[in-house]
Amino acid sequence: MKSLHATGHLLSSESAQLRILNELEHPAFREKLSLNGLHPLKPTGIDIFQVNVGYMCNQTCKHCHVDAGPDRKEIMTRETMQACLDALAKSDIHTVDLTGGAPEMNPDFRWFVEEIVKQGRHVMVRCNLTILTVNPKYRELPQFYADRGVEVVSSLPYYQASQTDRQRGDGVFDASIEALNMLNDVGYGKPGSGLKLNLVYNPFGAFLPASQERLEADFKKALWEKHGIEFNSLFVITNMPISRYLDFLIVSDNLETYTTKLVNAFNPAAAMGVMCRNTISVGWDGYLYDCDFNQMLGMHVDANSPQHIRNFDVASLSQRDIKFDQHCYGCTAGSGSSCGGAVV
Amino acid sequence: MSYYEPSDLAKFPAIADFEPNLAKKFFAWYGDVFAEGALTEREKSLIALAVSHAIQCPYCIDAYTTDTLEKGASEAMMMEAVHVAAAIRGGASLVHGVQMMNKAKKLSM
Repeated sequence: MKSLHATGHLLSSESAQLRILNELEHPAFREKLSLNGLHPLKPTGIDIFQVNVGYMCNQTCKHCHVDAGPDRKEIMTRETMQACLDALAKSDIHTVDLTGGAPEMNPDFRWFVEEIVKQGRHVMVRCNLTILTVNPKYRELPQFYADRGVEVVSSLPYYQASQTDRQRGDGVFDASIEALNMLNDVGYGKPGSGLKLNLVYNPFGAFLPASQERLEADFKKALWEKHGIEFNSLFVITNMPISRYLDFLIVSDNLETYTTKLVNAFNPAAAMGVMCRNTISVGWDGYLYDCDFNQMLGMHVDANSPQHIRNFDVASLSQRDIKFDQHCYGCTAGSGSSCGGAVV
Repeated sequence: MSYYEPSDLAKFPAIADFEPNLAKKFFAWYGDVFAEGALTEREKSLIALAVSHAIQCPYCIDAYTTDTLEKGASEAMMMEAVHVAAAIRGGASLVHGVQMMNKAKKLSM
């Protein structure tokens, strides 16, 4: 499967995606924020420094908001990584969240992790699991992560193969199980090891996720009983109606029903806790965004704030107005959704 | 045009337009019925999915297919629930076979 970008699909255009979402007859997200005293939406601080090191991936998942895949060539350079390190050195941000694509496919990935760890920051890597099984070079990564105390956060849409493979590609479930065993073997997810292995669930279709607590119990039971796998927590994430998931919603004639469901499930408490309030997202080219979703929609941080990592300034960015649009209903539905799962 | 319009499901609360008091009581009771109790919300949703098939209500099938998925049910759980409904329906017909046999025996030499 090719990316929308490679095929010149209409939905590879950021403005086309926003136009489609705004043409739906839903109340403006701005109104919902205003009604709940949350407009303008302001940061509570910057606790998480999320870096997208490139859109290249060994998988082409049907729901991917990044439109990542083997044909994507956007990759963060070592120079931009150094600018990230310089920015971090001037801040007291405790967590660096590395994402992609498959972040491991960036040729400078390991160097970058080493340098961040040297600064004493906590590193999370959003690992798609299958990359760990691709070749001997990547098979070294579980030990590399363990030696540096890196937290591994991995997508697994279901504890059964059928649903997982329909979303992420044929054979992905079996390769993911192999990778989870590799991570368990070096201590990840094992009690007392201090090595955190968290899984991410997102629905394999046009419906909202179940409760995080209930699903975590299901996943733990099924993965342990059938595969002998242990992990720490399950993060439950709502699918965001952009990019390839938006394409799925349109093609399957679910767009209106799904977005109506998101709007009707708007939860002010979830809006209070949205991740953009304590996160800054850095794009592969060094530009700054309020979150990875805004990054994919080309929505740079507020024009009054530093726009690029070279000009990073925590004080100024902490005062910015967070940008939003109709897609933001994806983070405020029900129990809310963030890169760390439910927020309420 | 079908008698059943999928979009009518979302208009269910509008039954209150013609008779608000009974509707209010019904929806409050309905909400309580499906709340977590001695049975989990998922178990109740799977029962509702089975009953939807037994009574063959298209609105209910749409609603509880979505709801069971949103309660984290697997597709196998959902189909097993439908088989339970089918088994009870099939069994209800077949058990009347005993009545048929009784009658046939009475009529026969």
